[in-house]
Amino acid sequence: MMLGPHAVFIVAAYAIAAVIVAALVIWIVTDHRTQTRLLSELEKSGVTRRSAQKRTES
Amino acid sequence: MIPLSALLIRDVRLALRVGGGALMGVLFFMTVVAIVPFAVGPDLALLHRIGPAILWVGALLASLLTLDRLFAADHEDGSLDLLLMARTPLELAIVVKALAHWLTTALPLVGAVPVLALFLDLESRAAAAVALTLLVGTPALTCIGLIGSALAVALHRGGLLLPVLVLPLTVPVLIFGVSASNAAIGGPVPFGAPFTILIALSLASLVIGPFAAAAALRHGAE
Amino acid sequence: MGLVAFANPSRFLALAERLLPWLIGATALTFAIGLYQAFFVAPDDYQQGATVRIMFIHVPAAWLGMFCWALMSMSALGTLVWRHPLADVALKTAAPIGAAFAALCLITGSLWGRPMWGTYWVWDARLTSVLVLFLMYLGLIALWRAVEDPSRAGRAAAIFTLVGAINLPIIKFSVDWWNTLHQPASVFRVGGSTIHPTILLPLLTMAAAFTLLFATLNLCAMRNEILRRRVRTLQIMQAEAASGTSP
Repeated sequence: MMLGPHAVFIVAAYAIAAVIVAALVIWIVTDHRTQTRLLSELEKSGVTRRSAQKRTES
Repeated sequence: MIPLSALLIRDVRLALRVGGGALMGVLFFMTVVAIVPFAVGPDLALLHRIGPAILWVGALLASLLTLDRLFAADHEDGSLDLLLMARTPLELAIVVKALAHWLTTALPLVGAVPVLALFLDLESRAAAAVALTLLVGTPALTCIGLIGSALAVALHRGGLLLPVLVLPLTVPVLIFGVSASNAAIGGPVPFGAPFTILIALSLASLVIGPFAAAAALRHGAE
Repeated sequence: MGLVAFANPSRFLALAERLLPWLIGATALTFAIGLYQAFFVAPDDYQQGATVRIMFIHVPAAWLGMFCWALMSMSALGTLVWRHPLADVALKTAAPIGAAFAALCLITGSLWGRPMWGTYWVWDARLTSVLVLFLMYLGLIALWRAVEDPSRAGRAAAIFTLVGAINLPIIKFSVDWWNTLHQPASVFRVGGSTIHPTILLPLLTMAAAFTLLFATLNLCAMRNEILRRRVRTLQIMQAEAASGTSP
């Protein structure tokens, strides 16, 4: 498949798209890990949410 | 009506006092317009061509930078809470405050245009066109700015957040204001089209601005 | 209605867990099809040559940027009018994703413009509208970060989103006007003239792929935001317990 004389621009465009999507994915995944880690640390130290304590569904 | 007119008189008086910012707006306007030639060079032909644009951008920045005090001052001394609790509808109170701001800040800008037009080699017809478009367009700038001012009211370190929020929203006003000015000077577009759109923008923002600002103030106070 | 069932964050999280694998799969599949079509099915444009393939990212990114703001506007209504608990979560998480799509549109537009017109930027109607949209996204994100309390920030952001939604058609109209006013003699058509089916199909597939990507990313981000708020609540409780004040 020939990309013509401006191939570098086409490749750059798709590459940057991949980079931006990858950056979003990485941000979301690391944020998820951070939050779950913080949550488990907090739960281990004994703090619980009220709904977990009272065991009632709102 | 009496509470509203009292509010108007109070706001106008406050704005005209030393720390009020009314005449500061005009001074800032003049300073900005005076600075531009240092950047683009003293070529009068060029300044003539971009004159309406410089005046409009200067007026936009001047009215924007005086807007953040609109609600912040009242928030600080507690009168904002009084406004929120009063029987007079908040939207009307906001319209009155906007009117006070426009009278004390925007109207002097319009008055300064003939003088500044001299510096930009704009003939009287062009200066009149710019002044007229500013007269009609600054209500839109004020009302759009209201929204940002209300959103940022409780932020102490608001800084440039208000201009950042408001400037994209004012792009249409800027486009049609300059377009109408240039059309009056002698452009391919008839003056009427952008001018009436400018009026429409002002009228629309007169409705949207106070309602959005009132919602922002109410939700911010909860 | 159905949305009320998702108001409970725990139920939402459970639903998200179940939905996510399917969404990720669908996104990957659609992208695979779209990319294949973009490179092997679509022919070279007679005017633009192979660089028309940049369109398959540039145009869907523009669509998604605006679609995202429309979605945020619905979430904003949910926050202000119906007080749906998860509406402001959806509002917050969508903004960075929408901003990323707008930025992608601008960058690919620039990369497309360089071989086509010789400059990295032109003030044409679509690029300029997306630039203003991008600045509004950044302003919105700045607003979120400026207010401490998440629910107050949510309400302020909701109002700004709605005002922006009203303004966006006006801005688009004015920028179109402004562009035709200053148009040079030769007309540059950024999106291509009449869209031939062989170009349209990859375009729509990529648009669908990006939309699914947006849905996947937003769902994951909403999950994170719910967890973040739980962490914040627990941290506040922990601080109160440590200082001896009862909640």
